[in-house]
Amino acid sequence: MPDGVAAHADPASATGFGGAGHAHAHHPALQHHFETLDQQHEASTLGMWIFLVTEVMFFGGLLMAYLLYRVWYPAAWAEGSLELDIILGGINTVVLIASSLTMALAVRAAQTGAQKATVRWLLMTMALGLTFLVIKFFEYEHKWELNHIPGPNFQFEGPHAAQVQIFLSLYFGLTGLHALHMVIGFGLLSVIAWMAHRRRFSPEWYTPVELAGLYWHFVDIVWIFLFPLLYLVDRAHQAG
Amino acid sequence: MTTTVLPRVNYLNVSHGVLSWLLTKDHKRIGILYLVVVTIAFFLGGIFATGIRIELTTPQGDFVSADTYNRLFTMHGVAMVFFVLIPAVPAVLGNFVLPLMIGAKDVAFPKINLLSWYVFVVGFVFTLAAMVFGGVDTGWTFYTPYSSMASNSNVMLTGIGVFITGFSSILTGLNFMVTIHRMRAPGLTWFRLPLFVWALYATSLVQILATPVIAITIGMMALERALGFGIFDPRLGGDPVLFQHLFWFYSHPAVYIMILPPMGVISEVIACFSRKNVFGYTFVAFSSLAIAVFGFLVWAHHLFVAGISPYSAMVFSFLSFAVAIPSAVKTFNWTATLYQGAIWWRAPMMWVFGFIGLFLVGGLTGLFLASLGLDVHLHDTYFVVAHFHYIMVGGAIMGFFAGLHYWWPKMTGRMFPNWAATLAALLVFVGFNLTFFPQFILGYLGMPRRYHAYAEEFQVLNVLSSAGASILAVGYTLIASYLVYSLFKGELAGANPWLATGLEWKTESPPRPDNFAETPIVNEGAYKYSEREIKVA
Repeated sequence: MPDGVAAHADPASATGFGGAGHAHAHHPALQHHFETLDQQHEASTLGMWIFLVTEVMFFGGLLMAYLLYRVWYPAAWAEGSLELDIILGGINTVVLIASSLTMALAVRAAQTGAQKATVRWLLMTMALGLTFLVIKFFEYEHKWELNHIPGPNFQFEGPHAAQVQIFLSLYFGLTGLHALHMVIGFGLLSVIAWMAHRRRFSPEWYTPVELAGLYWHFVDIVWIFLFPLLYLVDRAHQAG
Repeated sequence: MTTTVLPRVNYLNVSHGVLSWLLTKDHKRIGILYLVVVTIAFFLGGIFATGIRIELTTPQGDFVSADTYNRLFTMHGVAMVFFVLIPAVPAVLGNFVLPLMIGAKDVAFPKINLLSWYVFVVGFVFTLAAMVFGGVDTGWTFYTPYSSMASNSNVMLTGIGVFITGFSSILTGLNFMVTIHRMRAPGLTWFRLPLFVWALYATSLVQILATPVIAITIGMMALERALGFGIFDPRLGGDPVLFQHLFWFYSHPAVYIMILPPMGVISEVIACFSRKNVFGYTFVAFSSLAIAVFGFLVWAHHLFVAGISPYSAMVFSFLSFAVAIPSAVKTFNWTATLYQGAIWWRAPMMWVFGFIGLFLVGGLTGLFLASLGLDVHLHDTYFVVAHFHYIMVGGAIMGFFAGLHYWWPKMTGRMFPNWAATLAALLVFVGFNLTFFPQFILGYLGMPRRYHAYAEEFQVLNVLSSAGASILAVGYTLIASYLVYSLFKGELAGANPWLATGLEWKTESPPRPDNFAETPIVNEGAYKYSEREIKVA
């Protein structure tokens, strides 16, 4: 273990019971109930993967409803889908994929000990995430103006208005839940970026960056599913 | 070998004050924190049950109005299911003994463990608020469209409470799963693990995969109720039966969150008090996983009369029968463990005997309900009520008490009076059967559930049931009394009062804050009882 690492001792995480007999100094990030940093890292990573599984099931409930009604009401689905702004949705898709790249670069930078680059890539990722949310806000606002928000004031001209309301309910449910995850991710990255700025990470220990990366990629992948499921229903048929 | 002084520094006296508990990251203290909230919820649910049983002593709806009655059984269900049965064994006993059993200093994520308790409490507070402001009347099942469009009770508050509490269960499951994977002591291989750990692992699997679905389902219902979204709304072409599918996709597996950990407890206790290795260890271990997996594939047996396709009903009926196999494997193996064992008649074992008998009745009557034809007759009758109480109270709660009595000396360092605990087990067993067995007959004769009035000819059986409920109440109060008494006046237990194997008995009672003076090294299976003698105190 390089000597430089132990210099940033964090009193909050270094305390523990029965640690008096240890001859050598622990890594400051090692919590008292783990034997080694490796064990701690493996536990944290497994925990994050399991958490992502729960997230799949969380979105899964809504997607189940989506699947059922899409099979039942294909015409309404095509009609509702055409109401969505494919340009803004497309831009957002590119923005999110780009943010996945910058996130991966941030993890890589942390891994190689490039402290400043870690902060830079994290800030870039946050900026792209914010861009996504701003664009999403304008999309929502446009729906608001058109009275396309499901509820008592919902208005829609078309043969399948009732079922289009179900489609838009699921659209707002799914993209709203996704946007909520983006907001949480943004908060998460702010903390990580702050920690990176304080030089808390090193090639020996950068678990939080990696875990935040896993989360961020997951949220991106959800959008990669949502975009075609919501925006691209029957587009080809319309174009032809 | 038994020391008769309390350990000088243990997890209870290492620090003092309310804050030292509210900010603790020690899994043992968090287990105790859960025990406090679960006990409050249990007595709260009991009060609602009392209201139900008082109303049902007479055929006329004279004690409370129909509306109040709806709220009583709903709040009884909500309190008992989400705040007692789901957390009782995993969050209380699991938290306390899991790290001890695997020779770890703590669970993998102690801060998340504490967070999950706070999440639990916040969910409980929302639910309490719903109860204080007039309650909720949808049934604990929250079926749409009644819950989303019609009910004028506190559906939102309760829904938010249940939604939040779900995350506590998810975090506990996640924590335990990582703990079991990554925190085992050197030499503690998977097939040396105590069966309680296998049961907790299987439970975690269900918590992780099923609980998010109820959360999003309640969320959709709430969006529909609060904002007028249309997902289950039949006026728009939405399908209320979809809600039922999604609801039971969680809520049936949730039954296994309630029963799998107690099954693990039974394996521990029965081995100790038969002084034998558990018969067919591997089968018992894998039957837990089998129950967890099969448990995901049977949910639609709650919907046999909801208009689902007869072909899918047949498949779900078959699978529901199939889930009886791993349950039977456990029951037979426990019985075989008793065979030629040196049975030690102490209080924890009384609860085990109660568990096996009642779980057997509950499980077998489940087969009646899994049959497509019989279910049409029995659906929504008291037969169903009796069946699931045999599993949840007769099974899960008896198992919880078996574990609580078994590990109480470890948790507190003190013994409870054996005679009182034996008497309580007997009272609960008798009271339980008197309460719920008549309900099988009532249901078979056609008395529907969830009504506050009923036909005259059902009165005798209902009075018996209410009488049994009062015996149950005495039994539960007795447990609370002698356990509290034992905290102050109980004999000192010493490290291993039951002469049990298992790592949790190799450290002091109550354990030191970091569990073990030195990380134990394991070189044998969990139940090496054959060479031990019973030294009856």
